[in-house]
Amino acid sequence: METILFLAHTETDGSLGKSALEALNAAKSLAAVLPGSNLISGLVGGDVQTAANQIAGCASARFLGVVGPDFASSRYSTDIVAVEALARAAAATIVIAPGTARWNRVLAGAAQRLGGRIDTHATGTTAADDQPGITRWYYRQRMEAVVQRTRRPWFILLDPGCGEPWTGAAGQVQVELVSPALTDANRRTTVTGLRAPSADQQTIRPDARLLFVAGAGWTKTQPDGKPHPKEAEQLILGFLAQSKASLGSTKSLVDLSGEGQAVLKFMTHLNQVGQTGSTPRHPKGLSTCCHGEEPHTVGWRFINERRAVNLNPNCSWAQGKADVLYVADAFAVMRKVNALLAEKA
Amino acid sequence: MPIPYQIVVCGSVVPDPLQTLEPITTPAGPALKNELMLPAVLDPWAGHALFEAANLAKQHPGSKVWLVSVGPKAKLQQVMMTVAQKVPFELIALDGPASGFAESAEIAAALAGAIQAIPGLDQSRLFVFGGWESASRGAGTTMQMVGELLGITDQFQGVDQLTVRPDGSFQALERVEGGKHQVSACSALPALLGWATGNLPEPPNNPQVGMLNMRTVMPALQRAKPVKVANDGVAFASVSLPKQRRATKIVKDLSPDAIAQEIVEWIGKE
Ligand SMILES: Cc1cc2nc3c(=O)[nH]c(=O)nc-3n(C[C@H](O)[C@H](O)[C@H](O)COP(=O)(O)OP(=O)(O)OC[C@H]3O[C@@H](n4cnc5c(N)ncnc54)[C@H](O)[C@@H]3O)c2cc1C
Repeated sequence: METILFLAHTETDGSLGKSALEALNAAKSLAAVLPGSNLISGLVGGDVQTAANQIAGCASARFLGVVGPDFASSRYSTDIVAVEALARAAAATIVIAPGTARWNRVLAGAAQRLGGRIDTHATGTTAADDQPGITRWYYRQRMEAVVQRTRRPWFILLDPGCGEPWTGAAGQVQVELVSPALTDANRRTTVTGLRAPSADQQTIRPDARLLFVAGAGWTKTQPDGKPHPKEAEQLILGFLAQSKASLGSTKSLVDLSGEGQAVLKFMTHLNQVGQTGSTPRHPKGLSTCCHGEEPHTVGWRFINERRAVNLNPNCSWAQGKADVLYVADAFAVMRKVNALLAEKA
Repeated sequence: MPIPYQIVVCGSVVPDPLQTLEPITTPAGPALKNELMLPAVLDPWAGHALFEAANLAKQHPGSKVWLVSVGPKAKLQQVMMTVAQKVPFELIALDGPASGFAESAEIAAALAGAIQAIPGLDQSRLFVFGGWESASRGAGTTMQMVGELLGITDQFQGVDQLTVRPDGSFQALERVEGGKHQVSACSALPALLGWATGNLPEPPNNPQVGMLNMRTVMPALQRAKPVKVANDGVAFASVSLPKQRRATKIVKDLSPDAIAQEIVEWIGKE
């Protein structure tokens, strides 16, 4: 018997994002399979009425909210107060929340404050013999575990993109407001804004169907004895513009950019995929001029279909990591790919 | 007057990423096969935190950097041989597991206890740094709990940039969704920062720094108190390696044009 709190924050427009709806679906499913359990929704934001109405049909026993200008921004010192108040008001034994940057920052602290425990980057929930459990990866996506806990409250953050979002009827909901007290000490941090690359430099697109990964090969000396960084830049940006793919990189390539060499200027550490980079989720991935070494490919765990273009038939992609390895010059291939995409457009 | 900061960095060791890892079951829970034989490195994001700390300390005379590590003593010693040559710090070692399966709440309690025991800690000059995630547990939970236990409620995660001001305030850039950064200003210390990659390259080895550090590193390792992790209330129902190895088709004899054609068709398919 668990009291499951679905915990979400609003987006800037006051609605719930896709990852929140995915977490709601997971929370509902878990409540359905654990006998005697009930579901409560807890929402945080400047205003949560729109969000609550959006999920009116989710069969939540209660809708709790912490609202106000102080709770509009993504800030540890106020978010922790909100989360603690909601978990207490709900008497939650399990808290299921989307693994957004905002919740990743604060929920471990909240678990500590409430004497509970936390698992982040969960990829799913399980319920064997009426015992709730989660699946998550260890050692940078190298091994997968099923974890169960007896300690409560148990906070579970689900990685975005692992499940289907909840869909259902909107309606009119009565939100029970919870009003935790704040002091000046909670307001020492001010969120002043977001810094984003200009639109044409915005190469990270989490919702793209394709991840396009560039490796250090793009900057290396080519068969004609010279490097061609300018053309590499044009080919990559040209492909991104036409395909709307998200851009990933190897560590070697972003490190080169950091050292100020004449390389691809639009590449930053945020593009890096792998052991010390990200593990994005996309249905397809195309790797070019990249060797496919283990510390890089652990970042490909959640890319379903994988193809690679490399001059070297013995590059690591050939060792059971890609579905198809094209042994070819990526400059020649991508020139033609871009031409074909332009024809299609 | 520049502020002489006190910067406490939490960070431990992880298996070298080039190693093949295999899980095994032990009476104490899951572990890695031959764990103590695997070569180790400083946990990468904690490493960035350490290098950022050293850089900040260098620009603010009188500042001091501590590195607080929970790990098997022998592994810590091995990794310190190289890390101690990079930047100046004082090591505080705790002899315990560096396993990804060790409960982060218990590790956090050990780290917080060690930090509280540092003589002369001054909250108004204190930054607590760590990696935003480890390469072992990969959870990004330990530092927040350390902060809570120390009463630090200005916390930032996925930090790529820190700009300090002479009045003790600072600005932090944190990674958020979609390749963006959230910009925050904080009016006073103490604060806790979980670093992402930051902007600094790995410092080259400097034998002089190594010699200086080693004077405190070796005694710290000898003094290292044991930390027991009970993994209270956690059960691992299974730990397994992903099974599928792909049957890679190696295409050698197609022209670039034909390959391009195939790729475009593949991308276009739902
Ligand atoms: C602690 C640690 C963490 C790490 N974390 C990461 C990480 O998060 N992400 C990561 O990526 N790496 C990581 N690495 C580094 C990793 O081990 C590799 O060094 C790196 O991924 C190699 O990058 P690369 O394939 O771009 O470069 P290279 O190994 O230099 O390979 C370049 C490739 O380009 C090919 N090439 C050149 N020209 C062409 C052409 N015209 N057409 C087609 N192919 C061409 C070459 O055949 C070659 O295979 C990490 C390493 C360590 C030690």
